[in-house]
Parts: sequence; structure tokens; C-alpha cells
Amino acid sequence: MIDFFQMVVSGIAVGSSYALMGLAMVMIYKTSEVVNFAQGEMALLSVFVTFLMLDQYRLPFHIAFPAALLFSVFLGAFLEFAVLRRATEANVLGRIIITIGMEMVLIGIVSWKFGADPKTMPFPISPYDSAEIGSVYISTLELLSLLIALSLMISLFLFLKFSRLGMAMKATQQNRTAARLMGIPTNRILMITWGISAFIGCVAGLLIAPVTMQPYMMWDPMLKGFAAAVMGGMTSLPGAIFGAYILGITENLFGGYVSIEFKSVVAFVIIVIVLCIKPSGLFARHYVKKV
Amino acid sequence: MDMKRDYYEDIQFFSSGVISFWFAVLILFLSLFPFCFKNYYVYMANYIAINVIVALGLNILVGYTGQISLGHGGFFAIGAYGTLLLMTKAQFPFWIALPCAALIAALFGFLLGLPALRLEGPYLSIATLGFGLTITQVIGRIELFGGRQGLHAPELSIGPWHLTSDRDFYYLLIPLTILLAMMARNLVTTKVGRAFIAIRDAEIAAETMGVNILFYKTLAFAVSAFYTGLAGGLYAFVLRYIEPEVFSLFMSIMFLLMVVVGGLGSIFGAVAGACLISWLDLELRNILGIPYVGVWLEALSKNYFSITGVSNIQFIIFGLIMIFIMLFEPLGLLGFWIRIKKYWKTWPF
Repeated sequence: MIDFFQMVVSGIAVGSSYALMGLAMVMIYKTSEVVNFAQGEMALLSVFVTFLMLDQYRLPFHIAFPAALLFSVFLGAFLEFAVLRRATEANVLGRIIITIGMEMVLIGIVSWKFGADPKTMPFPISPYDSAEIGSVYISTLELLSLLIALSLMISLFLFLKFSRLGMAMKATQQNRTAARLMGIPTNRILMITWGISAFIGCVAGLLIAPVTMQPYMMWDPMLKGFAAAVMGGMTSLPGAIFGAYILGITENLFGGYVSIEFKSVVAFVIIVIVLCIKPSGLFARHYVKKV
Repeated sequence: MDMKRDYYEDIQFFSSGVISFWFAVLILFLSLFPFCFKNYYVYMANYIAINVIVALGLNILVGYTGQISLGHGGFFAIGAYGTLLLMTKAQFPFWIALPCAALIAALFGFLLGLPALRLEGPYLSIATLGFGLTITQVIGRIELFGGRQGLHAPELSIGPWHLTSDRDFYYLLIPLTILLAMMARNLVTTKVGRAFIAIRDAEIAAETMGVNILFYKTLAFAVSAFYTGLAGGLYAFVLRYIEPEVFSLFMSIMFLLMVVVGGLGSIFGAVAGACLISWLDLELRNILGIPYVGVWLEALSKNYFSITGVSNIQFIIFGLIMIFIMLFEPLGLLGFWIRIKKYWKTWPF
């Protein structure tokens, strides 16, 4: 039984990084109908910029981390402004291809600069310390990421619900033309959305970096986050979070009880099964196309 | 641009004598190619031919039926492993093992096509992507498939003909590629191809007109997977050694890139895109060896980037190609071709 709880707890911890990536992808998909395959690599670049600041320029953490987050916001906004906004005629496939292209450019830049060897990220908390709650162990880093993820989700919720900017974002998501007619600068809103989404991704990246840091580190969280978002319906923020925790927990339980080898595959099997039953995910209303 | 006066004119292979002339020249060139060029170029031609087959298959799915697939690396792997295992474990001769493996891939394509009936856009992309990743993971972890070590290709012989060198294999591969290209060209002009196009353009309208969506969508997946599986089986003999890492997500992305660069929904586009991208892929592998640019890149890498990661420049280049093609010429090379043709036809206006 202890084993079971232990697995669930580490599943929740893993799930929070998936949840952050999933949230970031859903934010972008809702506003601009772009499946952002570059999400992971946007975070990757920010993480490596942090690494550069910490390792090469010897900046302290309290400067490097905010600077990296700021950088990620600008990166996201820049990519929207420079690339996605120009693709006015592209269809779904076209936009997917554009984001895959951005992803390859970003991963190319990072691995050109840093090579493929694993790096160690200097981080204030060691990933090997752990805390004991009841009889279940959780590493302090996992605990920290869980707390950060939760507080980020709550503040995002409050932001979207109560702030003027958040309302404008929701309006843009629902109907861009109407929002524009109401005087909302939708282009700027899109840029801001990309910025916020890159910010969330960057937080996820910074929390993953102490554990593993090489150019392919964001692949897995990004794909799992995407899978979680799709499972939750791709247009629902709570759905993405819920899907991410389900994926994280199931993955860990599967790894513990069935086979550790196929652990990373199980997420995609779940996705395919869920999509077979509910083609638009668990939380989105199924949208029937009308002629 | 060209007026068609009856149905037979629409389905015939060569719409004019000029085209059949150039086709004959191409065939002649291809048949003399191994005698005129070094062995490396023959290997390169084989590599390109494999990619052409995949691009033809993927184009049937993406370009003609309008479905997204990020999992064709999986079908490719099924074809490659299937062929090798049928040959080594079940002692099948090559010419039976290859179609069998391709049929297995087609079966998987059919199975993947079933959920795809209800999925579209991002949902379909994650489902196919998951399929591709799952296949690679499963293959890498099962002992029968050679695990991480991979498999060696056995000696290849068809009847009395022993194919030992790249040159021998070239004469198997190129006729097969041309045959498959002709088959694809014929497929898309028949009832089946028109059904695919109808599904791409308006699924509901197609269904109303009596196109059986269930049948044709799964058929598109199966045919596409068949082509890809066939290419995979042949690829195993080009490399002579396969391991799970080869069939990564990057490979699926490259296949998609080929089709997109060439131009969606055209046989010419698929062939041209596959040729261009796989040639670039091979050339960029030793990027520092390229004249003029290589020296400059080396200096740049030493001063600002790292020399160990220099091969990653190819990712940047492919990524930029993807972005720019989509932004400026969504029809790809086909679009360029049409534009040039129009310009010269209407010149000087």
C-alpha cells in the first residue's frame, strides 16, 4: 500500500510538469488554433539561456531566473509576431508544419551552441534531497514543482477570470472578429498569449532542468503535455491539468506494477483509447461540423 | 491551363510527345547512371529512391486525402523489421518477405485509420505521433527484434541474381520506384483517387454523394502504409543494418517535410520534394565539407557556438525551409514550377 501511495505521489509530481506544458499548449491553441509543437523548445532555449547566465556570466539566481522568464516571454511574443502572424493562409496542417519548423530551428540552435552532452544545471535545491510526509517520500524538488505548478495554475485562473487583460484574452478566444469589433487589440492579445504560454513552459523547463539537462530534455514533457491537453479536450484548461495528472499517475502505476520498460509508451496508448471513445477529449464538448 | 477534351486524355500518362520524350531521357539517364558515377552517388541515388517511395505513399494520405500523419516512421520501421525478420527467422525469400512486410504495415495502417475516422487536426496528429513513438519503443525493447543492438541484413538474392553491391541494388530499386510512382499516378486518377480528393476537400459533401468514408479513409491509410512499409524493407538493405534509433520522430518529420516541400497533392511534387530533401540531408551531414560556406561556418562555430554541435545546423536549415515554404509558397516546389511555367507560357506579358 505504501508503494501504491509512493507511486501516486511521484505520479502527481511528474504530472505537474506535464500539466504546465499542457496548459501552455492549450492557451495557444485556444487563441490562435495553432498546435504549438515548438512549446518544448521555446522552454528549452530559455533554460539554456539561464544556464548560460548562471554558468558563464556567474549571475546569482535571483537575477538569472527572472531574466530567463522575461526572455521566454519575449521569445514567445516574437515568434508569434514574426512567424505565426505572417501565416495567414495556412491551414491546420500548414500551421503544424510551421511550429515543427520553429521547433527544429530552436533545437538546432541550442544543440549547436551547447552540444549534445548532458549538463548540470546549478540550482538552489538539490534534486537528491527528499522530504518525508507520513511514510511517503517526495524529493524537495518535486514538492517545489508541485507547489509552483499549483500556484501558477491558480494565478492563471484568477488572471483569466478577473483581470481586464484576461477577459480580453477570453473574448479573443471565443470570437476574434467580435472581440476586435469591441475594441480589443486582438493581435496584441495574441502576442501576449504566446508570451504567457512561453512563460509557463519556461517555468516547467526550469523545474525539469536540475534532473536532466540536454537538448532533448523537453521532448518527453512536451509530448506528454500535448497528450494530456488532447485528452482534456485541447480547449479546456482544467481538462489539460486533469489529463496531465491522470497521465502522470497512470504512467507511474503502470511502471510500478506492469512493466517499467514500456512506461513511456503507455501515455500514447491511453490517448488513443480515450480518443476512440471521446474524439474531442474528455472535457470539450464534441463539436459537430455543420454544412 | 491545358484543356482536356475527353476522359481518356485526362487519364493518359503522357499528355504530350514532349513529356514522353523527356520521360524516355530520364529513363535512359537512370539506367546509365551507375556507370557514369562513383559508388557513393549510387548509394545516394538508392537513398533518394527510398525516400521517393515514402513520399509517394505519404502524399496519398496527406496530400490527397488530407489527413495528417506524424507516424510514418512507425510504418517504415514495421516494413524494415518485418522484411528482415521474415527473411532470417521464417526463411522467406526476399521477394515474398518484402510484400508480406509491406502488407503487415498496411494492416497497421488500417488499424490506425480506424480511430482516424473520428479524429482531425491536433487529435489526429497526436494519435499518429503516438503510434510512431510506440512502434519505435516496442521494437527497441523486444529481444526478438534485436533490442537496442538492431539487426543485420542478410545476403540478398532474388532467384539466381545475387545483389551484393549498391549498384546491383540500384537496378532493383529504381525500376520499383518508377513502377510505384506510376501506380500512385494511376491510383489518384481512378475512382479511388477521386474519392480521396473528395474526402480532403469536403468530407461531409463526399459522404452525402455516396463516398464510403469508412472504406476510403482506412484505405488511404493502408495504401500509404503499404508504400512506406515497402520503402522500409528496401531501406534495411540500403543501410544493411538497422537499429531502433533510426526510426525516430525526426524521421517522420522529415517524411512530412518532403511532401510539404514538394507540394501537397501532386505526384511530381512528392518526387521532387523527396529528391531535394534527401539530397540535402545527405549533403548536410558533413556540413563543414561544403566549399566556402563550410570554412565560414567552422569559424562561426569556433567563435560563438561549439564545434561539437556543428552537425545540428541541418536542423536549423530544415526548420527554416519548413517555415519559409509554408509562409511564402504553400504549394512547394510544385508552386514554383507552375509559376515558372505560367511565366514562360504568357511571356512577354
